[in-house]
Amino acid sequence: MFRLEARPQPSRAMTVASPLLALLLTAGLAALLFVLLGKNPLAGLSAYFLEPLNGRRQLTEVALKATPLILCALGLAVCYRSNVWNIGAEGQFVLGAITAGGLALWMTSVGFKASAWIITPLILAAGALGGMAWAAIVAFLRDRFNASEILVSLMLVYVAQQLLNYLVFVTWKDPKGFSMPHTPTFDAATWLPNLVPQSRLHVGALVALVLVAVFWAFIFRSWRGFQLQVGGLSPAAARYAGFSARAALWTALLVSGAMAGLAGAMEAAGPLRQLTPYVSTGYGFTAIIVCFVGRLHPVGILFSGVLLSMFLIGGELGQSRLGLPNALTGVFQGLLLFLLLACDTLIAYRVRWVGAVPAGGAGR
Amino acid sequence: MTEMNKRFLLKVAAGAIAVAALAGCGKSEPPKAPEPAKKAEAAPPPPPKPEPLKAAWVYVGPVGDAGWTFAHDNGRKAVEAEYGDKIKTTFVEKVPYGADAERVIRDLAAQGNKIIFATSFGYMEPMLKVAGEFPDIKFEHATGYKTAPNMRIYDSSFYQDAYMAGIIAGKMSKTGTIGFVGSFPIPEVLRNINAFTLGAQTVNPKIKTKVVWVSTWFDPPKEAEAAQSLINGGADVLLQNTDSTAVLQTAEKNGKFAFGWDSDMSAFAPKAHLASAIVDWSGYYKRAIKEVMDNTWKTERTVLGVKEGANDLIKIADVVPEDIRKKVAEVKDGMKAGTFEVFTGPVLDNTGKERLAKDAKADQAWKDKVDFYVKGVDGKIPAAK
Repeated sequence: MFRLEARPQPSRAMTVASPLLALLLTAGLAALLFVLLGKNPLAGLSAYFLEPLNGRRQLTEVALKATPLILCALGLAVCYRSNVWNIGAEGQFVLGAITAGGLALWMTSVGFKASAWIITPLILAAGALGGMAWAAIVAFLRDRFNASEILVSLMLVYVAQQLLNYLVFVTWKDPKGFSMPHTPTFDAATWLPNLVPQSRLHVGALVALVLVAVFWAFIFRSWRGFQLQVGGLSPAAARYAGFSARAALWTALLVSGAMAGLAGAMEAAGPLRQLTPYVSTGYGFTAIIVCFVGRLHPVGILFSGVLLSMFLIGGELGQSRLGLPNALTGVFQGLLLFLLLACDTLIAYRVRWVGAVPAGGAGR
Repeated sequence: MTEMNKRFLLKVAAGAIAVAALAGCGKSEPPKAPEPAKKAEAAPPPPPKPEPLKAAWVYVGPVGDAGWTFAHDNGRKAVEAEYGDKIKTTFVEKVPYGADAERVIRDLAAQGNKIIFATSFGYMEPMLKVAGEFPDIKFEHATGYKTAPNMRIYDSSFYQDAYMAGIIAGKMSKTGTIGFVGSFPIPEVLRNINAFTLGAQTVNPKIKTKVVWVSTWFDPPKEAEAAQSLINGGADVLLQNTDSTAVLQTAEKNGKFAFGWDSDMSAFAPKAHLASAIVDWSGYYKRAIKEVMDNTWKTERTVLGVKEGANDLIKIADVVPEDIRKKVAEVKDGMKAGTFEVFTGPVLDNTGKERLAKDAKADQAWKDKVDFYVKGVDGKIPAAK
């Protein structure tokens, strides 16, 4: 009979190293999987870990895909640190795409022209406000009726998706689109400016980098960030100190909603340039993994966002280069998270053999 | 502390050894030369052995969906069988619509593929963007409507299959209500619902069709739920425009009838299966590849159907009476000869408005714009104004 025993003091170095260790173990298991699939493990690992970083086109694509993941995860980190379990970033992302896309469509239809210095902030702000409004519903229901924010935020994802469906199938449908579900293409004036010529990477990536620094300062160097963390770690202590739990709830949800909405706006006005029912491909959910692999730390999130983006792109490259099945990408994501949790557990606890337990004694 | 560190070192070491061992066995294998893409392009003088033509497919579902993607992949395999070492094919499955599709298509183009097939509607805009960047590569888009000098479109005529299935459904339904599990209310799917209903009405003029929409092409649990709700609502013969076998299997469980879609699904529901509506893309894919090889490829729109040997209704079950089989065979012969048109006026929509005048035969432009249910279909199209 094994038992998990809390270690008196978990190693700090190991806590930091744990994601790297998990990554290493994932790579090891991945290599094993490649062998079992009859592929050269080195070529397989290279498709996932080297090819996505090979050359300007691939690098910009990794950054493009990492941007929404990082943005969503930054907001979620604030939530999770405050013990607010928002798992509906996906819905807030969709709402951001709707509000930003709606503004872009309006600008397109009235022929609104202005410099990118004016239009881009407007589009991004519209997205952030949209996501914020969607998260505010969660905050309100939790605050007023004590409804579980986990359920409410998750269910609102489906509502957001249906709202998007309604808009692209009916209200905003392209009149020249043969009844197909998409809006007209936005006017070029509303597109996000490019960051690297001949690539799809837009200024959103730069905004995300700046926000990583802003969130680091907010979480670790601001009074409000401190209050949120205390509330998350010990609600009783926060109450005793006079920190408002309501303020923490609203701040966390509004901030994370704004970030997811911002990501949605960037996706709509960045690579998509129109709205379709398929605006998000699960960014809001993948961001939850990004958030935890990044240890709820803005800099960690930056790295894990890039890593997950590499996984997703590597999955495609593995298919086109080596004929690997698509399902591997999901397996790797799951493995990484699972191994990270295992590493964390083993850092905080040790496994002890406590001898045979008499029948009926194995209560737990 | 030290004990713990030791343990972790051991673990890391074990991991490293495992990786090294695997890497080692990888090295000892004859390295499969991951042929660099540039090699294919950087050899214009007549080489001793010509490089194989590289062709790529982009799929929306998994190749094992037994439906739409499976049928396209069979077409790809037929191309491989036909051209052997003169061709090298690649595919990427489960590619989401939108931003990801553009990256996948661009990467395939950069990898030296000379022709790329994107097999679902949502790849239209991404493919159009990439086509603009690679004028020397041929792009083929299934079920779309936009073309470019190096991008053309192709489609099938599933409504012909659906019409023949309708004839059978009209006979086999005892309740007088048949059901349809729809994916998205786009013209292609509405054509199928309407053709299914019109076919059934040739046998039983009073038949009613109920429709449930699932807003997805492939989601077995959702498709099964929709099928169950149709059955609960009194439908006893089902057809679907989704890609899995779930509807058929749900019918089997409930002792009702249903059809296979996209490929032969008779094995999934021996009792419920009435027939399978299929499409065979291999003829088109072989032709397209040959045109690239011969340098005769030009942009156009191809609509394949029963006449071209692409669409068919196969494996009609033994429970279907002889006179109905004969009727289906007659219709099929008419389609093959090009004399029979499913949408022949008068066609009324389910509000009673005439959509096609008496004796008029629908042309392609009419079929492209179908946005109504024919008389006999219950309800309103979701998201219709």
